[in-house]
Amino acid sequence: MRHSLAQSIGVLRRMFASPLAGSLNILVIGIALSLPAGMYVLLQNAEGMVAQLSGTAQISLFMAMDANADDADKLRKQLEKHPAISRVEFVARAQALEQLKRSTGLADVIGGLNQNPLPDAFIVYPKPSAVPTLEALRNELEKLPKVEQAQLDSAWAYKLEALLKFGRMVVLILASLLSLALIAITFNTIRLQILTQRDEIEVAKLIGATNGFIRRPFLYFGATQGLLGGAMAWLIITISLLLLNYQLSGLSQLYASQFVLHMLSPGDSLTLLLFSMYLGWLGAWLSVARHLSEIEPRMFPSRSRS
Amino acid sequence: MIAFNQVHKRYPGGYQALKNVSFEIAKGEMVFLTGHSGAGKSTLLKLIAAIERPNLGSVLVNHQNVGVLKSRALPFLRRNLGIIFQDHKLLFDRNAFDNVLLPLQICGFDYRESHKRVRAALDKVGLLKREKSNPIALSGGEQQRLCIARAIVNRPSILLADEPTGNLDAEYAQEIMAIFKSFHQVGATLLISTHDESVLQNTDVRVLALKQGELQTTAGATGHSAGSRQI
Repeated sequence: MRHSLAQSIGVLRRMFASPLAGSLNILVIGIALSLPAGMYVLLQNAEGMVAQLSGTAQISLFMAMDANADDADKLRKQLEKHPAISRVEFVARAQALEQLKRSTGLADVIGGLNQNPLPDAFIVYPKPSAVPTLEALRNELEKLPKVEQAQLDSAWAYKLEALLKFGRMVVLILASLLSLALIAITFNTIRLQILTQRDEIEVAKLIGATNGFIRRPFLYFGATQGLLGGAMAWLIITISLLLLNYQLSGLSQLYASQFVLHMLSPGDSLTLLLFSMYLGWLGAWLSVARHLSEIEPRMFPSRSRS
Repeated sequence: MIAFNQVHKRYPGGYQALKNVSFEIAKGEMVFLTGHSGAGKSTLLKLIAAIERPNLGSVLVNHQNVGVLKSRALPFLRRNLGIIFQDHKLLFDRNAFDNVLLPLQICGFDYRESHKRVRAALDKVGLLKREKSNPIALSGGEQQRLCIARAIVNRPSILLADEPTGNLDAEYAQEIMAIFKSFHQVGATLLISTHDESVLQNTDVRVLALKQGELQTTAGATGHSAGSRQI
């Protein structure tokens, strides 16, 4: 085992003997992978932001017109006990009317009304959760006694969710296509390697090498190239994020907010490396399966067999 | 050790390379295979190494019918054979030592044992001092001897040599033949093809003569063959 490892290392050294071609390949793989992986990171960040924003979502709860102060009190206690609600704010109908007068400049029109058309209302601040959960909460609250209507201000959240879904699909398509490209790159590289090592393969077959023995260094090569390409992609993404964060820090100061793009998590980094390594291995495997059987040993290279 | 039984070989183009060839080579025998080029010598050797398969008849090597071996089993057949090629088939991307090391790497020998064996093989053919040289820097005779070292390093029971002296001048050819004889003395089975009848002079080994794909009645051999035919 140790020996075959030494042999494989020797083969790998010869394969990486042309550093320019090798590093160009790795660069191409790195760029190809950094596109979907980079978009994935940006999406992750966007999702984090959305989650933060939906934490400030609120449900407006309008009570029935015939509800009195007792009903309101009962409802308030009920809402405060609810596990999915973090805070409740009561807006009395008179207070609401005052607000309306002040904020809209419709004081004259409203003053002309002979009775207050506004009901008592609660502003419910739910605990942060996904949009569907909030929607369910709204439905539940609407069914409470003396509640006329519950309104979740969620249209924007839906739009964002849809946008994120779209983004995820784009990343998926991009990742699939570029994975294929990575496999194709490795396939072709290995094909060339096999052609240049034709003599060695032929001799090895003649002196009793199994297909596994011949295949192994090429698979190692494909996997190594994929791994290095993945590392290159990681480097590209990390440097890009650092540059973006540098720009964002200026922006954040202007808006007086803390806004930082998160890097690839260790788990995602590992996934990226393993995935690209696997793709390289797969491309190599396909190439070897396709091309190795074509090389059959001949005793006399000069004389054609047919 | 090697037995051909009514072997026919026709190439896809229709060329009949071997016609009804039958012979046996006993363990430890040294046999020459002669004939003009195109007589079928290489085809015969290819059939033994299962590089080609017969259309008819059977080829037995070590009691194994190699004509019907699964391709997965071929590597293990070939590990029992040492093949010496006319064009050497050396690898020019590594030095002499690593060329001889290759069969041992393939068989998975451990590091120390394989290095010992490589040195022994190189010593046997007189190339120990050239172990660091690239084969391209070696003369034709030295390249042939390196090829022999690679063929014997695995200590195969059968050695096949395809025109081993074909491109060499007489002096080198004598050297090579002397090496073969020394293997014969330690019990290896050898089958050596040659179109050069001069190397057969002063030898008393058995000769298989091929002519247009047919085996001539065993000629040139002396009484030696009769004795060694028992298996």
